[in-house]
Amino acid sequence: MQTRLKTPISEEEIRKLNVGDIVYLDGIIYTGRDEVHIHALEKAEHGEKPPVEFNRAVLYHCGPIMKKAGENWAIVAAGPTTSSRMNSLEPKFIEKFHPAAIIGKGGMSQPTIDAMAKHGAVYFAITGGAAVLAAKGVKAVHGVHWFELGMPEAIWVLEAENFGPLVVAIDSHGKSLFADVDAVVKKNVDKAKKILGI
Amino acid sequence: MISEELIKEATVELLRKTVTRMPADIVNELKNAMKRETEEAPRMQLKAILDNLDLAEKTNTPLCQDTGVTIFYVSMPQCLKVDVEKAIVEGVRKATKEVPLRPNAVHPLTRKNPGDNVGRKMPYVNFKIWDKDYLEITVMTKGAGSENMSQLAMLTPTQGVKGVKEFVLNTVLRAGSNPCPPTVLGVGIGGSSDIAAKLAKEALLRAIDKPNDDPDIAKMEKDMKEALNELGIGVMGLGGKTTVLGVNIEYAFCHTASLPVAVNVQCWAARRGTVQIYPDGKTKYPVHEG
Repeated sequence: MQTRLKTPISEEEIRKLNVGDIVYLDGIIYTGRDEVHIHALEKAEHGEKPPVEFNRAVLYHCGPIMKKAGENWAIVAAGPTTSSRMNSLEPKFIEKFHPAAIIGKGGMSQPTIDAMAKHGAVYFAITGGAAVLAAKGVKAVHGVHWFELGMPEAIWVLEAENFGPLVVAIDSHGKSLFADVDAVVKKNVDKAKKILGI
Repeated sequence: MISEELIKEATVELLRKTVTRMPADIVNELKNAMKRETEEAPRMQLKAILDNLDLAEKTNTPLCQDTGVTIFYVSMPQCLKVDVEKAIVEGVRKATKEVPLRPNAVHPLTRKNPGDNVGRKMPYVNFKIWDKDYLEITVMTKGAGSENMSQLAMLTPTQGVKGVKEFVLNTVLRAGSNPCPPTVLGVGIGGSSDIAAKLAKEALLRAIDKPNDDPDIAKMEKDMKEALNELGIGVMGLGGKTTVLGVNIEYAFCHTASLPVAVNVQCWAARRGTVQIYPDGKTKYPVHEG
């Protein structure tokens, strides 16, 4: 199935998605990676809210290259970062802030898959390294929060337009394309060993 | 006359070329992968990769937002009396603003980011003196996604060739979908712990269509590539026939009681570049000719 969704995305719409579906996004998406996870959760412990509303929003594991154009920021390149670095904090992040979707590359571990099933969220895979193509799907930059964390680690507020193609790689029903591939790879290890004579 | 100013400007141009345009050997292998793949998932990923390369080159934009940390390899004539390292550092600073590069270099513990890719021992510059009359600077702009998957093992001599192959295989399995496959593997065998790691990275500076000049090692490179492409991890870890684009091995003699092995994992965006600066001030960029 191929579909186009507008952010924020309701749980009902997210539950309709299955692994392998292709999605294009419109609307606001927020970048956030290692430091955003650490800081947002630390602040939440002290009863403080993050500067943006993550509820039913789309979080993009991305540290973009941005360029100052006069008073405003312009996007240069914005591909995904390796999502597995956020494995340890993502289940807590999902439970606390209820995002509708996370965009990244490489997939995430079982606790995140479980949290996504529980809270009605999905994981979209976007091609790693294809950063100019990804930036083409960003119509405008609406601002930045926590810039003191450094350009890659800040929260960038991006307005997406036809952002994709994104592959639903983890759906809200406990399925993961990466887990499917892992099962195939396990079967193939012996073939590889045979070629290597080990 | 090779001046600091010339080296600085050549460094900026070298970085611009390196982060916006991929070496031909890598592009060719990505195109070969596209010809081999029959499944829709890897084809879609490869199409995005190839379209992105076109777009980056046409718009002179960094093809990946992770422009890495800058590791330099300098070969310099003995008689050169200029501060090459200082010129490179200034070049990195300027390129960060002008290309632009993403400011990636941070303090390892405080995680403070100065914003210009310059800090203690970064950019990291490796020096070699040679008997030629020109200065050669090679740079690798390597992202962290793949670097984080790199591994070092101090094997015992009894583990032998089998142990080396197993270690490379396990490194690829452990990395899985994380390092932006299809990857290029740089493998360093022998030396010592630091030499093996250094050789593994230097192996990535060799084009993947140039096998090692030792025929036994060249065969090992070919066999490893074939075997690893049986795994089915595939492009972006979404399955298919291409898990690695190439395997480059370098080795050094080592202690009779040691067998160090390092694997440096490189994402498909295997960016490298070289500038040669001649005494008359002319520059050549051999990796980015044409």
